[in-house]
Amino acid sequence: MSAAPQKAKAGAEKIEVEVSAIVPLNDLVTRFEFTRRDGLPFPPFSAGAHTVVEMNDDGRTRLNPYSLMSDPADSTKYAISVRRDDEGRGGSLFMHRKVKVGDTMTITYPVNLFPLDLRGRKHVFLAGGIGITPFMAMIAYLERMGGAWELHYACRSEALGTYVDELTSRHPNKVHVYYDDKKQAIALEDLLDGQPLGTHVYVCGPQGMIQWVHKTAAAHGWPDENVHSEEFLAPQPGKPFEVRLCKSDITIQVGEHESLLEAIERCGVEAPFLCRGGACGQCETDVVEADGEFIHRDHWLDDDDHASGKKIMPCVSRFVGKTLVLDR
Amino acid sequence: MTIQFNEETFRDDYSFRNSDWAIKRFPFPFHEDSYMYSVNMEQHRGGPEGSVYEKRFDVDEHYVSEMRDRAIVLADDPLRCQSLPHMTLAGWDTLELIMVSKSEDYPDLFELHRDGDRWRWINKPMGIDHTFTFLDETTLPCGPLEYITRQAQGDYAVLDQRNDMLYMDAGMITTQADWSLDFDIGMDFFEWHAPVPLAHEMGIFKRALKFLLNVQQGAPARRLNWTMTVNPLLDTSPENYHKWGVQKSTLTPQNIGSKQHLRVELQTFYRLPRSNALLFPIRCYLIAFQDIVTIPKWGRRLHRVIRDLPEELATYKGFIDNRPMMLDYLSQYDDGLPTSPGVWPDLDTEPPLQK
Ligand code: HEM
Ligand code: FES
Repeated sequence: MSAAPQKAKAGAEKIEVEVSAIVPLNDLVTRFEFTRRDGLPFPPFSAGAHTVVEMNDDGRTRLNPYSLMSDPADSTKYAISVRRDDEGRGGSLFMHRKVKVGDTMTITYPVNLFPLDLRGRKHVFLAGGIGITPFMAMIAYLERMGGAWELHYACRSEALGTYVDELTSRHPNKVHVYYDDKKQAIALEDLLDGQPLGTHVYVCGPQGMIQWVHKTAAAHGWPDENVHSEEFLAPQPGKPFEVRLCKSDITIQVGEHESLLEAIERCGVEAPFLCRGGACGQCETDVVEADGEFIHRDHWLDDDDHASGKKIMPCVSRFVGKTLVLDR
Repeated sequence: MTIQFNEETFRDDYSFRNSDWAIKRFPFPFHEDSYMYSVNMEQHRGGPEGSVYEKRFDVDEHYVSEMRDRAIVLADDPLRCQSLPHMTLAGWDTLELIMVSKSEDYPDLFELHRDGDRWRWINKPMGIDHTFTFLDETTLPCGPLEYITRQAQGDYAVLDQRNDMLYMDAGMITTQADWSLDFDIGMDFFEWHAPVPLAHEMGIFKRALKFLLNVQQGAPARRLNWTMTVNPLLDTSPENYHKWGVQKSTLTPQNIGSKQHLRVELQTFYRLPRSNALLFPIRCYLIAFQDIVTIPKWGRRLHRVIRDLPEELATYKGFIDNRPMMLDYLSQYDDGLPTSPGVWPDLDTEPPLQK
């Protein structure tokens, strides 16, 4: 059909916002609050959703996804919490060092890759560090709707316990905090065994924690579909390589510290994306020709796709070798 | 423009008619002289002025009569509207989306006044003026999905999205092309599509699902589907097949022009903000063969498409037995001239019938 041919835009719809508050929470984490420049209410969002924040860092565009952690019922503002990553590629450093109250920024409409299963009779949240952010919105939602939940939150130390005070004072019986430096750990096996039928478990945190939860739950007979996780992969640096984009008829260089997707965008070619973290599938690209080795890092393609050498997810995956030709 | 609503029926005496306005804006589904299944999705972000693609939820001259027909179907069979318990929030999402869209797109017909959670909804064509509390079911006469879809043309499937799959967990289905919500409720995307021929082997459903899982808030999409219906019946459900199936054998060379209808579904896809569910409105448009052939390009093309349609599709769509009679009729309107690309009537540029 072609009723009114429209070119698909790369990425989600965008919203112009102003930074209305910057609240340092501890040594590493700062909350940023946004209001809309056009004065309209923000679109409602479902708990667990993220937004992609566009940063103009000295002429270089950075696009980083952050979970929305404000109350989904509050349409006057959106809030994110950003952990400073001194080793990373700079997005969080930009937010911490350069962004000031009153700045204008562009963010995308909410995208949810980590929704609550609304069939759940009870929701058990397992957070590690900055992985607390999506649960802030989920808790606000469940409190409003009268849903059952509990939170088990592992932090490095009391000083780095982002939102611990707020959570424990509001929900003393539902929030359980574990400090690494006090050698406290979530008693996952007992926790899983004690849950009523119809409980769903959600984990957000470091990769090791996510794997631990999936493995332990499976070993305790939990169906896969009752265990949910969200893990944004940050694109990893790697050796520079060259790619030919055959539809656009150009050859581009991917630098050490940029992703293939970023290099494609830098050269003026529009490519689809949503999560920029290997999870949503939107950036899937066909490989026309390849002589070398793929470094697949996404969660989207299955093992067969990875082995076939016919597809790549340019937001997180790379390539080492002589030639790579993409259908883009 | 103000719409003149028709007084008409989709049953018994079948007084349904399309005005000249409705004929010219009919969503003719064929952009070329042949048809095969494809992954035919595009953005739903408006379209040419006056076309059925322009507004988020098209309202036309059949609105009031279609809503009356829906009420009759529901009185007979309440299971045409179902919502599994976890889908109530998606019902509110649907209510909000339709009320906001209609009041913005048709301010002369619909009004929505919001004061916090206190909402006042005015539907002038149906004579409704109702104040209720958003997210409080006790302030509505029925569930939010049923409430709003009794006031909105087309069927509505509401899909829960879990574990990279869509599940048909709610819907209002009274104008369907021979499938049943009561049968499909709770099924996943591949299960409810199981009866469709060829498309699975072509990989269409796998790709379509990937696309749908990624439909984002603020960025709806659409596609067209089509089939054939004898008599302008909205409710061609399996539940009532015994009533309408037999009507297919009443077609004669004399009555085919007025009885045989092309049935086109404008299907849209919306990500619902609060529930993260996917809303799938299926808006049905009917047009009699004798009206289609008043547009020379459409007459030529419809003949060629029906003539060359693979047998599997004609069988699945339920008109394989009547195809020869259709072709006898349609061939009168095909003079062999080439047709212009695209779906539009192109009345100013396409030559009149040379026969
Ligand atoms: C989530 C949204 C969708 C829903 C709820 C839905 C539902 C259905 C149902 C109930 C049928 C009838 C099956 C039967 O015979 O019992 C059908 C048919 C079909 N669907 Fe979908 N569908 C959806 C999306 C799509 C998409 C995106 C495509 C894209 C290619 C598609 C392609 C088809 C085709 C080709 C048929 C056969 C139609 C015919 O030949 O008349 N569907 N669909
Ligand atoms: S952008 Fe989501 S997988 Fe690449």
